Amino acid sequence: MAELLDTARVYGRVLRAQVRSQWQYRTSMLLEILGSTVVNGLDIATVFVLFSVTGVLGGFTGTEVLLMTALSAVSFTWGDLVAGSADKLREYVRSGLFDSLLLRPLSALLQLAVITFALRRIGRAVQGLVLYIVALCVADIPWTVERALFAVIVPISGAVFFSSLFVAGATVAFWWIESGELANAFTYGGRDFTSYPSTMYGGWFRDLFTLGLGFGFVAYFPSLVLLGKPDPLGLPTAVAWGSPLVSIIAACLATVVWRFGVRHYRSTGS
Amino acid sequence: MIISARGLRKDFTVSRKVGRFRRERHVVSAVDGVDLTVERGELLGYIGPNGAGKSTTLKMLTGVLTPSAGEVTVCGLEPVAKRTTLARRIGVVFGQRSQLWWDLPLEDSFALLRHIYRVPEADHAARLKQCSDLLGLDEFRRTPVRQLSLGQRMRGELTAALLHGPEVLFLDEPTIGLDVLSKQAVRSFLGEVDRRGDTTVVLTTHDLADIEKLCRRLVVIDHGRVVHDGTLDELHARYRSRRTIVADLDSPWPEGLTLPGAVVTAVEADARRITLALDGMTAGEVVAALAQAVSLRDLSVQEPNIEDVVAKLYRDES
Repeated sequence: MAELLDTARVYGRVLRAQVRSQWQYRTSMLLEILGSTVVNGLDIATVFVLFSVTGVLGGFTGTEVLLMTALSAVSFTWGDLVAGSADKLREYVRSGLFDSLLLRPLSALLQLAVITFALRRIGRAVQGLVLYIVALCVADIPWTVERALFAVIVPISGAVFFSSLFVAGATVAFWWIESGELANAFTYGGRDFTSYPSTMYGGWFRDLFTLGLGFGFVAYFPSLVLLGKPDPLGLPTAVAWGSPLVSIIAACLATVVWRFGVRHYRSTGS
Repeated sequence: MIISARGLRKDFTVSRKVGRFRRERHVVSAVDGVDLTVERGELLGYIGPNGAGKSTTLKMLTGVLTPSAGEVTVCGLEPVAKRTTLARRIGVVFGQRSQLWWDLPLEDSFALLRHIYRVPEADHAARLKQCSDLLGLDEFRRTPVRQLSLGQRMRGELTAALLHGPEVLFLDEPTIGLDVLSKQAVRSFLGEVDRRGDTTVVLTTHDLADIEKLCRRLVVIDHGRVVHDGTLDELHARYRSRRTIVADLDSPWPEGLTLPGAVVTAVEADARRITLALDGMTAGEVVAALAQAVSLRDLSVQEPNIEDVVAKLYRDES
């Protein structure tokens, strides 16, 4: 345990050094935070406008859908904060800089997360969190201790899910340098998918994304649990309670893919 | 034995465009069956032409690349499987890959590395002082790394690689692109590391002065294979590189004149300058014979040039 804490402290120091480096370019960074906060704010405003017009979406009321959207937003933005820069891996692989990560006595994946940490993503993450808290307040939730606990765990598990997605997507760069857009289809596509109730979508596409790729377990199923509603699509409530397990599976898969990728690293250049 | 490699190989699949859509894939062995043993405390020069497989070998020894075949241990550990454990016991300077934090003062990088490698404070301070004295870091330790000159940065990299007291130091072209003074600083520093004898050094370089000044043992690699493993003298003996005498004469060299134990290799400047390659006799004997045969104005004895030997070696093998 002490060992683990020590290790965490080392990563903490590297992270602080990274922030200190970025602070050298603070004007540009602050402008970026401002810019992304505004853009993201407009995104959220779109959701509110949509609800004020339709009222009901995929069989759910405005505040219910807002809970899903907010859960999706908090999951995505925090996953993005932690691992969103993983797509920088492409540059590290292309330039061979990834070597220097492998030469240190630390996990290459955690180092990558820490040294590509982008302070500018904090604005969005805070926004996502605020939106989630607002959504929890306005939604009609039959609060119990279990639900309260679940409400805390679920955004973390969602963030883990998106982090896994970012990592797995970035890992493709070990084989295929020009892989960026493919990964984005799943990360950003996933965020858009999870922002709305799965009941809105149809057929095999819905089944594939909701169950097959596990996106339903980020916002849709957890929201049903919080709201105390059965799934119109027929998934047992007990399974919905197990949503965090899906994130653990995703994290394990991403780790395996990553390890496999590192073995295929070619270290271009001299 | 601190480094051991047997039949070490690394294959890369290269795909080449043929026509508009078709791609042809073929396998290239960057390292093709290298056997290498290094004893503790040795300083080994690992040389070869561009693309010979030097860097690829080093990357396999340091756990960056997974070998395609063969066995390798460094400090008794398999590099890729025990990467993080091994990382604490080796130091690496890859000329093109900085270990330093670009936007922070140099000394911040050193402080961070102390935590990353978990070096006790006293050890860290002692090693830093040693490096600092030998390399003159004090004048730029507060400068952000991005503002350092290449020579200053390389001194920083060397220090960074040694702060955790590694058993083996791997250096990939540490003098490339440096000015004469920085080259000398790096060279004499490595000489000092070597003299202390507790660090094994593996050095790749194109700089022949590095080789002559530092490397007692040379491993020459070409097309992924070891083509020579031995001392510099053995390399000279093998390629029959000889000492030469260049003599300026008062009167033209008589055509057809031969001296025992030497071969005339060049006659220049209206036959008033001749070059003789020693062949079985000492320089003294040849000079004495020369002085009897002709009237000498000036004379110099030149050591065999490693540049010629290596050029010859590279040509032979390709």
